[in-house]
Amino acid sequence: MSKSVIETPPKGGFSFDLCKRNEMLAKKGVNSPSFRKTGTTIVGLIFQDGVILGADTRATEGPIVCDKNCEKIHYMAPNIYCCGAGTAADTEAVTDMVSSQLQLHRYHTGRESRVVTALTLLKRHLFNYQGYVSAALVLGGVDVTGPHLHTIYPHGSTDTLPFATMGSGSLAAMAVFESNYREGLTRDEGIKLVTEAICSGIFNDLGSGSNVDICVITKGGKEYLRNHLQPNPRTYTSSKGYSFPKKTEVLLTKITPLKEKVEIIEGGGDVMEE
Amino acid sequence: MQFMASKQPENSLLGPESDSQRTLYPYVTGTSVVALKYKDGILMAADMGGSYGSTLRYKSVQRMKPIGKHSLLGASGEISDFQEILSYLDELILYDNMWDDGNSLGPKEVHNYLTRVMYNRRNKFNPLWNSLVLGGVKNGQKYLGTVSMIGVNFEDNHVATGFGNHLARPILRQEWHENLSFEDGVRLLEKCMRVLLYRDRSAVNKLQIAKITEDGVTISQPYSLKTYWEFSAFENPAQGAI
Repeated sequence: MSKSVIETPPKGGFSFDLCKRNEMLAKKGVNSPSFRKTGTTIVGLIFQDGVILGADTRATEGPIVCDKNCEKIHYMAPNIYCCGAGTAADTEAVTDMVSSQLQLHRYHTGRESRVVTALTLLKRHLFNYQGYVSAALVLGGVDVTGPHLHTIYPHGSTDTLPFATMGSGSLAAMAVFESNYREGLTRDEGIKLVTEAICSGIFNDLGSGSNVDICVITKGGKEYLRNHLQPNPRTYTSSKGYSFPKKTEVLLTKITPLKEKVEIIEGGGDVMEE
Repeated sequence: MQFMASKQPENSLLGPESDSQRTLYPYVTGTSVVALKYKDGILMAADMGGSYGSTLRYKSVQRMKPIGKHSLLGASGEISDFQEILSYLDELILYDNMWDDGNSLGPKEVHNYLTRVMYNRRNKFNPLWNSLVLGGVKNGQKYLGTVSMIGVNFEDNHVATGFGNHLARPILRQEWHENLSFEDGVRLLEKCMRVLLYRDRSAVNKLQIAKITEDGVTISQPYSLKTYWEFSAFENPAQGAI
């Protein structure tokens, strides 16, 4: 009697094989390394011409701020952007992956991507991994059917909302939205409200901080306002800058400019038609 | 709900005392209380809901009560413990009145008494499961303080308990200023209570606002807030999906 073992290729999705081992190790005091989380405030709202997304810029590793000015608003398509909260690697990887899938889809169909396409691709992936891909996203964009704003939770559920907040600072930001949001906001009113909501998260939540990033998406195009507001500048900076001690003898001075000039040849060369 | 009468906690370190009971979980709870200082005194708001776990069991619970001549106490958390605290304070005020010396306990003194009570109970691992807000005016001085179930106490221009900490305090930090008028104060409190009504699952749309000034305490009749649900994304969420 021979045991026939059929080798099946892995079907994708999360593999639960090591879970028992991890549990056993955790009981013995061996904890897995903590993930770099983006303890965050991310928001989105629909205004009269489209969608405005906002995010803070602090990335935390437990109690330490590891990046004071990271980018949480990720590109998905020319008309779709996505804010990410949760584990930084997960949000980066999942948005990059869906962004490439959308581009291939654009080549295949010859049309502008739709927000619901990005939504479905993201939620299918996240559900497949049963919440282990810890990415909480605010997806917004404008396509032929109009402006759309969605939230996606790590387990794969989605909501369609007029205004949305996610992350540790979501309650502070939601308090601002619930009290001040109304339909048909103009662009400036929308930006002001998003900035207020992110600032509420920055100042009232310990996991969020530093600066405010904004992205405005309309039918005409997008405007990515990186560090639109910097309410936390360095308080004390020395105006003198760094100076070498006075007795240092200068032997040689050589200045190398770090930016090289790039020559652009018009017309010649292969241009990939999109 | 677990039947607790004959349960012995596994990690009881005390021998002879191990058959007495300690508060382990709250049963009937009230949600957030929000309060702020305004021009003439203190304004405090709380809804009238008493939840039994995830059911909204009681809808006419008064969670704010006047204490003596100068103070107003609002509580969130276990309702029975709140009633016990009221009983202690009743005794305190009674003894104070019996001195008949023309002096009366002000909000600062009552707040201090409550802090001691809460902290001592927590030290015996038998807490009164409440977050209290104590406001009052005495001799023109406004006072607003809070005590939690573990004895954390402080005094501030605006305080909130429970969910109010996360949802109401950001709004108050941004919009509160000295010398708010009565109407502005009520409008600000209603703004906070509306956000809590939208986003706190244990909130109920029946609230009271209490005012305390040098002249005394007034607790309003219960009323409800107007809510807005007509966003187009709510009415047609699958637009463009088909």
